[in-house]
Amino acid sequence: MATPLRREDVAKVAKLARLSLSDEELDMFTEQLGQILEHANDIAALQLDDVVATAHPFGLINVMREDVLEPCLSRDDVLAMAPDSEDGRFAVPRIMGEAP
Amino acid sequence: MKSAIDIANDVRTGATTAVAEAERSLAAIRSRNEELNVFVHVDDEGALETAQRVDAQIARGEDPGALAGVPLALKDNLCHVGKLTTAGSRILEGWRSPYSATVVNLVLKAGAVPMGKTNMDEFAMGSSTETSYYGPTRNPLDPARVPGGSSGGSAAAVAADMTPIALGSDTGGSIRQPAALCGLVGVKPTYGLVSRFGLIAFASSLDQIGPFAKNVTDAALLLEVIAGHDPRDSTSLPEGAPSLVAGVDAGVAGKRIGLVRELLEGADDDVVAAVGRAREVLTEAGATVVDLSIPECRLGLSAYYLIAPAEASSNLARFDGVRYGLRVDADDVAAMNEATRTLGFGAEVKRRIMLGTYALSAGYYDAYYGQALKVRTQMINAFHRAYDQVDLLLGATAPSVAFKFGEKTSNPLAMYLSDVFTIPTNLAGDAAISVPFGRGEGDLPIGVQLLGPGRSEAQLFAAARVLEVEQTS
Amino acid sequence: MTLPDGWEMVVGLEVHTELKTTTKMFCGCANVFGAEPNTRVCAVCLGLPGSLPVLNVRAVELAMAIGSAVHSTISPSTFHRKNYFYPDMPKDFQISQYDLPINVGGYVDLPDGSRVSIERAHLEEDTGKSTHLGASGRIHGAERSLVDYNRSGVPLVEIVSGPDIRSSAQARLYASELRGILIATGASDGRMEEGSMRIDANVSVRHANEPFGTRCEIKNLNSLRSLGRAIDFEALRQIDLLNAGGVVRQETRHWDETLGATSTMRTKEEAEDYRYFREPDLVDLAPDLAWQERVRDGLGPMPAERRAALAARLNEPTSTQLDALQVVVDLGFDVLVAAALDADVDAGLVLARAANELAADAENIHSLTTDAFITTLLMEQNGELSATQAKTVLLELLAHGGDPRAIANAKGFEQLSADSLGDVVAALIQANPDEWSRFREGDEKLAQFFIGQVMKVTKGQANGKAVIAELNSRR
Ligand SMILES: [Mg+2]
Ligand SMILES: [Zn+2]
Repeated sequence: MATPLRREDVAKVAKLARLSLSDEELDMFTEQLGQILEHANDIAALQLDDVVATAHPFGLINVMREDVLEPCLSRDDVLAMAPDSEDGRFAVPRIMGEAP
Repeated sequence: MKSAIDIANDVRTGATTAVAEAERSLAAIRSRNEELNVFVHVDDEGALETAQRVDAQIARGEDPGALAGVPLALKDNLCHVGKLTTAGSRILEGWRSPYSATVVNLVLKAGAVPMGKTNMDEFAMGSSTETSYYGPTRNPLDPARVPGGSSGGSAAAVAADMTPIALGSDTGGSIRQPAALCGLVGVKPTYGLVSRFGLIAFASSLDQIGPFAKNVTDAALLLEVIAGHDPRDSTSLPEGAPSLVAGVDAGVAGKRIGLVRELLEGADDDVVAAVGRAREVLTEAGATVVDLSIPECRLGLSAYYLIAPAEASSNLARFDGVRYGLRVDADDVAAMNEATRTLGFGAEVKRRIMLGTYALSAGYYDAYYGQALKVRTQMINAFHRAYDQVDLLLGATAPSVAFKFGEKTSNPLAMYLSDVFTIPTNLAGDAAISVPFGRGEGDLPIGVQLLGPGRSEAQLFAAARVLEVEQTS
Repeated sequence: MTLPDGWEMVVGLEVHTELKTTTKMFCGCANVFGAEPNTRVCAVCLGLPGSLPVLNVRAVELAMAIGSAVHSTISPSTFHRKNYFYPDMPKDFQISQYDLPINVGGYVDLPDGSRVSIERAHLEEDTGKSTHLGASGRIHGAERSLVDYNRSGVPLVEIVSGPDIRSSAQARLYASELRGILIATGASDGRMEEGSMRIDANVSVRHANEPFGTRCEIKNLNSLRSLGRAIDFEALRQIDLLNAGGVVRQETRHWDETLGATSTMRTKEEAEDYRYFREPDLVDLAPDLAWQERVRDGLGPMPAERRAALAARLNEPTSTQLDALQVVVDLGFDVLVAAALDADVDAGLVLARAANELAADAENIHSLTTDAFITTLLMEQNGELSATQAKTVLLELLAHGGDPRAIANAKGFEQLSADSLGDVVAALIQANPDEWSRFREGDEKLAQFFIGQVMKVTKGQANGKAVIAELNSRR
């Protein structure tokens, strides 16, 4: 059974989702998300141990493509939409840590 | 206003030209777009160019296709090469897609003339088109009211006679609910019938593109054009496009239809009365209408508001300021991501991203997201059981007629409840249609919803047509 | 290296290998190394809004080939999204197999007789590549980074071993055996230097027969040498820590090749919450038995079997020859080597040239015909070419192909005539009377001195055996 949503839960989730919230926003979202999750407790409370989860409404399997080349986008088009680029590459501010 | 089928016929026979129809559409857009905020991007030049190409085909004696010269509106979450595509969000302001959605290629191949992009709730998250960064769209039938959402712009385009048909997307009711609120036919096709390639994703396992039209036949025609297998969408159904227009007058004689109690619960009296009259009309047309209960429908809202935000939280991660769209500069890349997303997303999108992130996070997955997927299984099974007994189901599309601006914006849960009758179909992956039937408060249109199993679109159009004929006769 | 008394290391490896497909895992962009940045990208591998992945059948087939080769059970599988923000990952999630991988279980037998179990071998996509601008050229201290997405979406198989490895030597042996297997399946070119095979090592220590200790994961070891050094360093670090009364924290560590040390990258508390969930844009994968069988039937013999076949043709092979055999088989030179042995070339010579000169330029092996290889080696064996000359001819054959005799002629590699060799030897005897008398008195070591001198004067054109014959005739 789920516990009520706390302010620090929302702060943690915002950080995971790369969003920053003001104190007032944190209060507002805690209340609103809390209400929605409370509504969702109708299903959180159900006993569904024997039910299989559905990810897709229809059980398609083995959908694949042949290993055949298709045209790429032009680099000029691709970099034209980039906020910043240099040397044929997308430019970003410094990266603080290595990929996990 | 002329129907899409009539325009296509007149263009093909030379009674009118694609350019003349495009100009008429542009004039209609110009006359009311400022007031209603229907189109976020009007593509005058592109539309006229496309129309000229269609006319040139006619001049060469070629058939441009089933939608020859028909002006069409595209919801702004459909990629169209070289055209602005913003999904109602600041984070994509000014972004031009370098490729086209499969449906856009298909309508162009059929001779249609896209007039531009219509307003929508930001990333299709909303039921009133009030969450768009580009301002709300007004309901052409009563500008003090919302057109519904999230495809409110596409619905308003057709309701305001700017285009005879439009494309929208339906994740939890985003075509059917605005169709109901604007007095139109709107279809949520079977999941996988229409390619999602090039549709900016909200919730991948629920999203479907579908048509808006003023009448059943036009809706069937547009769906016939966009349906069919697409190798670029792994969830696309393997079968080809169904034949739909040919059977619209097949009627409902001998059909069994279930009136679902849960699809009326909490609806306004005028809405309940309209569905009751629809029952009578269908019965008079030879169908047997029985009362049914699908209690699982009551769990739909909760399951939906866990599954859709969970998928959305992942689908919208890519808007990080690195490759395209908005960037807010900062010292390091993580701070840049955060500043960009904080400014670029509106409150409703943030709400859902956080909700979905929470539902997927360690310690909560099983209680929320995992549980919602199991409820989805139960929903599917419940519909299967219902379709063992009846051919189609009947209910309301929305609990009320179009509501006023701001009425539900302060309480997200109240807004979410406006999708309570449409959500179960998306969870089940089945098909449903909303057809205008009767009027309610303020003489505003009411939508009646017909639901069917996967690939039952032809039957749904035939049943909807029965209601449409009664309505207009 | 041996650990302090009573300590044992416990190591498991995660080996990532890029698959040799024509196109990427989920789109039709070319899967190539070294193209101009961002020229092999499309809506899908750039993660543009609205794009959708479609699985490459060849990637699945190669994953199945790898699984079959390491004795895995090919199983119905699904794809998940692993969610975390990182600029080289266009969708900010990685599509990877999670709880249901395509290959389950298995093992690899090593040349030393030990067996390492395989837990799983699953499919996932690669990320793009960042270049860091600034004084250091490394991620730390960089002012800006540039991202190239050519590698984004390249198919990978991640092979996860059980915690069965007990020494750095065994870890290297496992990695090298696995590399040979990957090459043999045709799934990978196994080029660690190009990053097409990358290794993470999970290392813990314990007193023998006690429960496993807390493990640390060392990321991105890009050569066998780094792998061995990093494991040894990490095991000793943990032992020192424990001996000093400390505790090992579970964390991810970075290996610095120049410092020869690992350092903390991320503690367990800082670990990402990946929020894995089923990839809704892909459907389940369930290769039918007929397809599995076709893949299994298409596999040739694996390196162990092929090494055994060649070793059977050697007389009591030396350890140098066995090492050479490993290289030869990993690179797929079996047929070439067997043909040379058939042509009565000395086994030591064949293995040395194949494992050194041919291996150094293995990419161009297609330029070298079996005949040309054998002819060159026979010329060397008969004394028509010196060792240096033979190597030069082989490298030329690899670079441009051609006829070995013609190449030797063009390079002026004719055998020194007996007369001119005699003149050279006579002159050297005169110039080095002390050495010559000691040689005459039976100090055979001085033969090497004279050969060296002759080579110097003739710029390597003389044949060592001929020099010895000439010296002996004048004794
Ligand atoms: Mg991995
Ligand atoms: Zn690509």
